[in-house]
Amino acid sequence: MNNKNTELLRFTTAGSVDDGKSTLIGRLLYDSKSIFQDQYEQIEAISEKRGEEEVNLALLTDGLKAEREQGITIDVAYRYFSTPKRKFIIADTPGHIQYTRNMVTGASTANVALLLIDARKGVIEQTKRHAIIASLLQIPHIVVCINKMDLVDYSQEVFDQIHDEFEAFATKLDVKDVSFIPVSALKGDNIVDRSEKMDWYEGTTLMYYLENVHISSDHNFIDCRFPVQYVIRPYNDEYHDYRGYAGRVAGGVFKKGDEVMVLPSGFTSTIKKIDTYDGEIKQAFPPQSVTLLLEDEIDISRGDMIVRTNNQAQTTQDLEIMLCWFDHNKPLQLRGKYALKHTTQDIRCMVKEIKYKLDINTLHREQEDTNIKSNDIARVSLRTTKPIFVDEYRQNRATGSIILIDEATNNTVAAGMII
Amino acid sequence: MYHTDHLRELEAESIFIFREVAAQFQNPVILFSGGKDSILMTYLAVKAFHPAKVPFQLLHVDTGHNFQETLDYRDALVAKYGLKLKVGYVQEAIDAGHVTEEKGVNASRNGLQIYTLLDELEKGKYDAAMGGGRRDEEKARAKERFFSHRDEFGQWDPKNQRPELWNLFNGRKHIGEHFRVFPISNWTELDVWQYLAEEKVPLPSLYFAHERAVIERDGVLLADSEYIPKKEGESSFTEMVRCRTIGDITCTGVWRSEATTVEGIIEEVATSRMTERGGRADDKRSETAMEDRKKQGYF
Repeated sequence: MNNKNTELLRFTTAGSVDDGKSTLIGRLLYDSKSIFQDQYEQIEAISEKRGEEEVNLALLTDGLKAEREQGITIDVAYRYFSTPKRKFIIADTPGHIQYTRNMVTGASTANVALLLIDARKGVIEQTKRHAIIASLLQIPHIVVCINKMDLVDYSQEVFDQIHDEFEAFATKLDVKDVSFIPVSALKGDNIVDRSEKMDWYEGTTLMYYLENVHISSDHNFIDCRFPVQYVIRPYNDEYHDYRGYAGRVAGGVFKKGDEVMVLPSGFTSTIKKIDTYDGEIKQAFPPQSVTLLLEDEIDISRGDMIVRTNNQAQTTQDLEIMLCWFDHNKPLQLRGKYALKHTTQDIRCMVKEIKYKLDINTLHREQEDTNIKSNDIARVSLRTTKPIFVDEYRQNRATGSIILIDEATNNTVAAGMII
Repeated sequence: MYHTDHLRELEAESIFIFREVAAQFQNPVILFSGGKDSILMTYLAVKAFHPAKVPFQLLHVDTGHNFQETLDYRDALVAKYGLKLKVGYVQEAIDAGHVTEEKGVNASRNGLQIYTLLDELEKGKYDAAMGGGRRDEEKARAKERFFSHRDEFGQWDPKNQRPELWNLFNGRKHIGEHFRVFPISNWTELDVWQYLAEEKVPLPSLYFAHERAVIERDGVLLADSEYIPKKEGESSFTEMVRCRTIGDITCTGVWRSEATTVEGIIEEVATSRMTERGGRADDKRSETAMEDRKKQGYF
């Protein structure tokens, strides 16, 4: 467990209380020894007080008072566990339809989406909704766990049927890598240990999958993108002429000596040095936070983007996006003005056109329905106050994403994926 | 391939947050408690702005019930990195009658810190206060955002948090409101120790096993101190112990331990079956003790 050179994998799960999601997470935490004795004793005592027969592992993830009282999950909860191979961050989100916004939030940074299907129920609306969100948010890997296999006699037929049903649906989506695992979270089949009851299944356990799924190419290492976050100027004698552009590499590999261009000015220069507190490094790539120094003195500030001369982000004021609306109080306003955040830029925008609402159960495009309320997903055109430097979300999640902010309340009211 | 291990990825994420705070706020401050998490925070802030100085002050809310080791370490750290330190004293709030000291044997000034903290934030006109809270620590903290909005009374509304997506952090606020920011949200206790070991960061001696006079109360060992009146039947005895968290002396449990090195601590943390806050008397007060305090403005 104290192996230092492990990768970080973020995954998201969505589901309601009764589909066994909490049991599944509980088992992953328990079997990887990430539930502590005092936590376990605490939820054991609460379960008993409530008159529940078994220790309710859902109490581990339901942290807020209101959630415990109502027995529902309201918000994204983050859970951590590690094995000798990897450290895992789970964004555990509620699956009710009114909490699509939380699913989107959890999905935005995930490498893997874990979809849970009750073997007795098969592919239901919630499964489809979660899969559509995973596809819209471009989660690189999807693992479908067909759960409660113990209640269908570990039947291969049931598994195959659900497998085929999901695949038929997934052909309509933009997903690249889907795996299927028959499990019983309650009994522990194929979670950490291989099931002895399903000889017909030749794949891996869930834990093996999570530990081994190939995630090191989930970042874009081709198109160089460096949004300038902060300018470092020490103003002291030792570093008198130091002018460093600090930021997190959003795409590609930057190397010392590379010829680069700065957007929006279009000036070109060469990378003189890639600096960190621990000394100079030869190359920088996602998700590193570094400081770039250039050969030439150019006026660069927060919001500018450093790219390669022969591979630039698109400079534009017109955005086509898929938008998820979050605000419970007000619908999306056509011709409304919002603050917009993209990489390290803060600008404003106007909603030019609402093209259609997406039915997230059927994928049907409802062109007549442009009343976009909380948890709705829609295709929208925006016009920004000044040019920003973007990529398609499919190419780069960091430079292809935006959020909208209501200027009166300052609340984050929408997330957008650039098409 | 281009590979980043989990500690370097967490480091990069935290550095990103520190720079984002510097860019989005006018007058941010790091809340410094003297514990390993605030030491890590300070160290990461130094990294984020190198070779320039950290553009934030440190704020320490002093309950007056400190381990002396904590204060010595704090002052040495401030001197080493050329930082600016502001101290707010709970004693002053008690003397001025703004808060009333708890009575009885379990009396602690931990809850009283809220007043002094909010008062200092207001007086210093700080618009972002960065804390070393981690989501793995406690169930209410598992739902905390990196950028956590507080209203004009400093209160947290857990049911109405701003969604946080990708690397886009919304720090917009109205006048009088402020933000709590948690740059090490995604670190676990083990990550913190592994990183501090890897980076060879010196740590206060309290974290390492040492002989200390202790008392036992409700299954938790507490340091024997003039600030903790003994109940009937309680007596002081000497044990080999160390702190897993460091806070106010009245509510910081100590643990039986033989770990005298960082490697020893890592071994111990990796195999421990108790959370680090399992020894915090302040969390044991009720099932939602942390959520209740956070809503009022606590960290």
